[in-house]
Amino acid sequence: MAIPVEMPKMSDTMEEGVLVAWLAEEGQKVSAGDVVAQVETDKATMDLEVYDDGVLLKKVVAEGEAVPIGALIAVLGEEGEDVSEVLAQYGGQSKKESTEKETEGEEAAPAPSGDGAPTKEAKPVEVEEGVEEEDGRIKASPLARRLAREHGIDLAKVQGSGPDGRVVRRDIEAILSEEPQGPTVPAVRPEKLEEEPAYRRPAAAAPAKTAERYESVRISQMRKAVARRLSQSKYTAPHFYLTIDVDMEKAVAFRTQLNELAEAQGRPKISYNDLITKACALALKIHPEVNASYMEQEGEIRRFEDVHVAVAVAIDEGLITPVIRNADQKGLGQIAEETKELAERARNKKLQPEEYEGSTFTTSNLGMYGIDEFTAIINPPNACILAIGSIRDVPVVKDGAIVPGKRLKLTLSCDHRIVDGAVGAQFLGTVRKFLEEPLTMLL
Amino acid sequence: MAELQFREAIRAAMIEEMERDETVFLMGEEVAEYDGAYKVSEGMLAKFGPRRVIDTPISEGGFAGLGVGAALAGLRPIIEFMTFNFSFVGIDQIINNAAKIRYMSGGQFKVPIVFRGPNGAAGQLAATHNTSTEALYSYFPGLKVIAPSNPDDAKGLLKSAIRDDDPVIFLESEVMYGMRGEVSDDEDYTIPIGKARIAREGTDVTLVAHSKSYYVAMNAAEKLAQEGYSAEVIDPRTIRPLDIETIVQSVKKTNRLVVVDESNPFGSVASEIAFQVQERVFDHLDAPILRVTAKDVPAPYAKNLIEYYMPGVDDTVKACKRVLYAK
Repeated sequence: MAIPVEMPKMSDTMEEGVLVAWLAEEGQKVSAGDVVAQVETDKATMDLEVYDDGVLLKKVVAEGEAVPIGALIAVLGEEGEDVSEVLAQYGGQSKKESTEKETEGEEAAPAPSGDGAPTKEAKPVEVEEGVEEEDGRIKASPLARRLAREHGIDLAKVQGSGPDGRVVRRDIEAILSEEPQGPTVPAVRPEKLEEEPAYRRPAAAAPAKTAERYESVRISQMRKAVARRLSQSKYTAPHFYLTIDVDMEKAVAFRTQLNELAEAQGRPKISYNDLITKACALALKIHPEVNASYMEQEGEIRRFEDVHVAVAVAIDEGLITPVIRNADQKGLGQIAEETKELAERARNKKLQPEEYEGSTFTTSNLGMYGIDEFTAIINPPNACILAIGSIRDVPVVKDGAIVPGKRLKLTLSCDHRIVDGAVGAQFLGTVRKFLEEPLTMLL
Repeated sequence: MAELQFREAIRAAMIEEMERDETVFLMGEEVAEYDGAYKVSEGMLAKFGPRRVIDTPISEGGFAGLGVGAALAGLRPIIEFMTFNFSFVGIDQIINNAAKIRYMSGGQFKVPIVFRGPNGAAGQLAATHNTSTEALYSYFPGLKVIAPSNPDDAKGLLKSAIRDDDPVIFLESEVMYGMRGEVSDDEDYTIPIGKARIAREGTDVTLVAHSKSYYVAMNAAEKLAQEGYSAEVIDPRTIRPLDIETIVQSVKKTNRLVVVDESNPFGSVASEIAFQVQERVFDHLDAPILRVTAKDVPAPYAKNLIEYYMPGVDDTVKACKRVLYAK
C-alpha cells in the first residue's frame, strides 16, 4: 500500500508548517533519508526527509501552503500505485481535488432567475474551504436549522463556528443576542471576494477601492510564534524594569587588548556583547534565583544548575534567540566564535531547534542602532531579559574634575513572580562589577 | 434502609421473594453447597433446603432448559449463570424457547423466569470471559433486560423481575458485587422495569450509561463540571424496555447526547439509543450523537490493552467536549 508522508513536528512549539519548496518531482524515485521538500516552521526553514524508499506518487500540498502537524503532505509508493486510499484516509484533501469539487458545486447550484443561463461572474478562482463549497449545501446542526427557520435567519449568511464551518446553536444565538428584534442578520459572512487576501488575488481582479489601500502580507510562521510567545509573556509575567549605568572605560581597554591578541591568532574579534554574555553568565551562577523559571502548570519554580545564555538575533522575518550553552564555563574567545557562527546561521534560517531552545536567560542588544536604553519583553520561560544600549561618550566627574568617560545603560526586565526588586538589583550590580573590572571575569 | 453489598442486595431480593412465593427457586452451578461462585447465594441452601436451592452439573443448555420447562409448568425459576459468557452454551433455550413461547402459543403459556449472573468485562479475563451481552439479549423481542448500577436498584429491580410473568435477563458484574450502598429493607420494595433514573441533573450535555459505565459517566460529569460544563447523567437501569422518553426529554434540554456503553460498538446499546434519539428529536440536536464504547475487537488480556479497550472517563470527557464544540 502507498505510504503517507505527514507534516512532522520539527520544534517543540511548532503547530503548523509551511511547505516552502518541493525538491522532488512527482514520479521521481526517492530513498529513505532523501530531502524532498523544505518546510518553514515557527523558527526556521528545515529539510523534510522521507523515511521510506519509493516513488513520490503525489504532492498533496502546494508550495506556500500551511498545514498542521500530522497532515498529509505527500504520498510515496511503488510506481503506478493507487493513492486514493491514502488520500481518503486523510480526508482526500488534495487541493486540486477540492477545487474540482468546488467547481462542481458551483455548477450544480441553482441558476439565477431570468433566461436560466448560469452567470459565472464574480466567482472567485479559488475559495477557502468553507461551508457551502462541497455541493452547495450549508452545514448546520439540526437544532441550528430549526432555530434559523423559527427566527427567519438565512443560514447561508451565518458564519458557522463548528467543525468544517458547521452552523451550530451558539452561532444563531449570537445573532439573536445582537439584534433581538427580528430577522436581520448582522453576523454575515463577508463576501468571498473581499475575504480573499490580496496576495492570493490576481492583480487585475483587485477592485478599485477608494479607502484603505494596503498591501496584504502573509503572517509567517516565525511572526506567529513571536506574536504568541511575547504576548503570552507580557500577559502572564508581571514585568518590572531596573536600569543601571556601567562605567565601560576598563572594558573598552580590555577589549582592545584582547582583540589585538585575537587578531594575531586569526580568531574572530570579541564584541562588547560577548563581554556582557560572559558577565551575565558568571552573575547568573552567583544569583541562581535569576537563573530560573516560574512553572505555573507544574506548580514549581525551577532553578537551573546550568547557565545557558540566549542572544536575541534580528533576522528578516522577526527574531530568534540562539543559545550559548554553559556560557559561564566558556572563554571569551569561544563565546565570540559561537555567537558569530550561530547568528550567521540564524540569519540564513538554518538553526536547529536544539540551538535556539533551552535558554535560562536572554540578552537583547540595540546598541548598534544608537539606542541608549530600552526595555525588553522576557523570553519565556526565562525569569529575566537584559536590554543592552549603546556605549556612550559622556562627561563624567572624576576626582572633582569633568573628564571624558564611557558609559553603558543596561536594563533588566524581571518576572516579578520569581524575581523581586532587590534580587534583580543585586544581580545587575554583579553584572556591573564584572564589566567594570573585566579582569575578574578571567579568574 | 440498610447498607448492603451489591451481592447482599441480590440475595435479599431472592430470599424475600422465595419467602413470599413458594414457587420461586434458585438453580445453577455452585449456588447451593458452595454458597455461590461469588457468594451471592450464601446461606440460602441452609435456609431453603436442596429442593429450592439446586446445584446443577456444568451444563448450561441442560439447566436453562430445565428452568424454561419449570416456568411453563407454573414455577418461577431463578437461573444463575456463573457468568453470562457461559449463557451462550444455553442460548437456544433462552432465545428460541424462553423468549418466544408466549408469542408462539398465542398467550396460552407464559415463561416467568429470571436468568441472572455477572455480565461484561471484569479485568484481565481475556476474550471469552469478558463479553457484554446486553445488546445481544435486548435484540430479541420477548426478553426483558435489566442492568442495574447500584445495590438498591439491584434489589428493587430483581424483585420486579422475579414477579414478572415474562423472561428477564438480569445482568450483574463481578467487579460490582462488593460495592456497598443504602438499600431499602421494605419487603415489598420494587422498582418498575423500564424506568430510567436521572442520576445527575445538568443543562449542557446528556450522558446515558448503565451498569459499570454509569460510574464512568458520573466521573466524566464531575470532570466536566470542573471545566464549567454541566452534564446530565441518566442511568436507564433497564435496557429493554428502554425508557427512551426520559432520555429524549433530557436531550431536548441539552441538545447533545453521549452514550457510554461497555458493548462493542457495532449494534450496541449505545447505537440503539443514538438511533432512537435522532429519530425522535432530530431537530433538537446541536451536534452528532457520540458513543463511547469498548473497542471493536475481542477483549484483550494484557492489562494495558484491556484498560485501553474499555470506555474510560477521559474518552467520555473528550466526546462530551466534541459535541459541546469545546476545545
